[in-house]
Amino acid sequence: MMHVAVTVNGDPREADVEPRTLLVYLLRETLGLTGTNVACDTSSCGSCTVLLDGESVKSCTLLAAQADGREVTTIEGMATDGRMHPLQEAFHRNHGLQCGYCTPGMIMAAASFLRENPDPTEAEVREALAGNLCRCTGYQNIVRSILDAAGRTSGTDARGGTG
Amino acid sequence: MIPAPFGYERAESIGHAIRLLGEHEDAKILAGGHSLLPLMRLRLARPSTLVDITRISDLSYVREDGDEIVIGALTRHHDVANSELLQQACPIVAYAASGIGDPQVRHVGTIGGAVAHADPAGDMGTVLLALGATLVVRSAEDGSRTVPAGDFFRGLFEPDLAHDEVLVEIRVPKTGAGGWSYLKFHRRANDWALVGVAVVTGEDGTPTAVTLTNMADRPIHAAGVEEALAGGADPATAAQRAPEGTSPPSDAFASAGYRQELVKVITRRALEEAMSR
Repeated sequence: MMHVAVTVNGDPREADVEPRTLLVYLLRETLGLTGTNVACDTSSCGSCTVLLDGESVKSCTLLAAQADGREVTTIEGMATDGRMHPLQEAFHRNHGLQCGYCTPGMIMAAASFLRENPDPTEAEVREALAGNLCRCTGYQNIVRSILDAAGRTSGTDARGGTG
Repeated sequence: MIPAPFGYERAESIGHAIRLLGEHEDAKILAGGHSLLPLMRLRLARPSTLVDITRISDLSYVREDGDEIVIGALTRHHDVANSELLQQACPIVAYAASGIGDPQVRHVGTIGGAVAHADPAGDMGTVLLALGATLVVRSAEDGSRTVPAGDFFRGLFEPDLAHDEVLVEIRVPKTGAGGWSYLKFHRRANDWALVGVAVVTGEDGTPTAVTLTNMADRPIHAAGVEEALAGGADPATAAQRAPEGTSPPSDAFASAGYRQELVKVITRRALEEAMSR
């Protein structure tokens, strides 16, 4: 067993895990944060996307040990003070989901992308979703939601704050 | 899918990593892990120990050094793709990095990890071969040695690295005003290349190297195409010789014969793009 200390959604969390523990299972099973989903299990689908030090990563393809000492943001950390993050509001407003399984990963990938490119074109949004699959094929409204959020999040960072 | 159990060691320096590799039989280096961990989850790889080198901070850089750009092995694909230095001085490297995997993969995967993995379907090996890049390898006994990209890739997943050696740096020549292209054909957005082609030209637009992804057990030169071009053939004619000397895989996505047809088309397009740049 090894000891890992990870800041998750702003809270310092610690756990003893096997070295082979994947970050997604630390989040889901040890810390009880089940908003992050596992789907393809082969690093393809992006359902497990979280932010590691603010950048999108696939938490099924990282060891918990690799996140030791770093900051992780999951879908549970997006809302602030009971208010949804602008991306969550945009997905709601634009019906950016069908079954909803890919949605947490889509939102986390989009949050990272909008931090790098706050004013994207539609083509850039589609490129940015290369690592996220929606098996309902609901891409049209997902792209629309992200473009909508880009309009509403301009001047703020990807977590909706101003810092 | 969970990897088989393994030991985990965190290296504080390259010297420490080399010592740890020497101490643990069948240990593997963990860089970004985006090639290794998927194989471990499928139990296709079962290392006894992972030596995590990602906390070694001085292995992530892109710097100018005379006629070369030097890239630290732990530089992430994302940072290679966004390096202004590479975009100006050796744009094919930045461009190829921007197309590896997807954004999440590029945020974690490293150039050294991808190169040392020596997957013939990987993009960067093909580009480094076309550029005549050199790879800097550190070991306990020999200190440092440099290996031309053409000698580094010895076979499927078989880099020129001893068990206790670490790839620490990639050195690429500045290509200046020379033309370039890296084109790959893949079925879905973040798939490996079915076929990829790298072309670099001299400043006069004459191609100096044409190399291929996933057409053998390692990145290879399209020797027939290079010979035809040297003899004055136009791109479309030269590209017809792209399958010569290749031994591509047949898999669920494409037969070897399909790849040998496809490579002619992609080679022609890559030549035309490089010669027009």
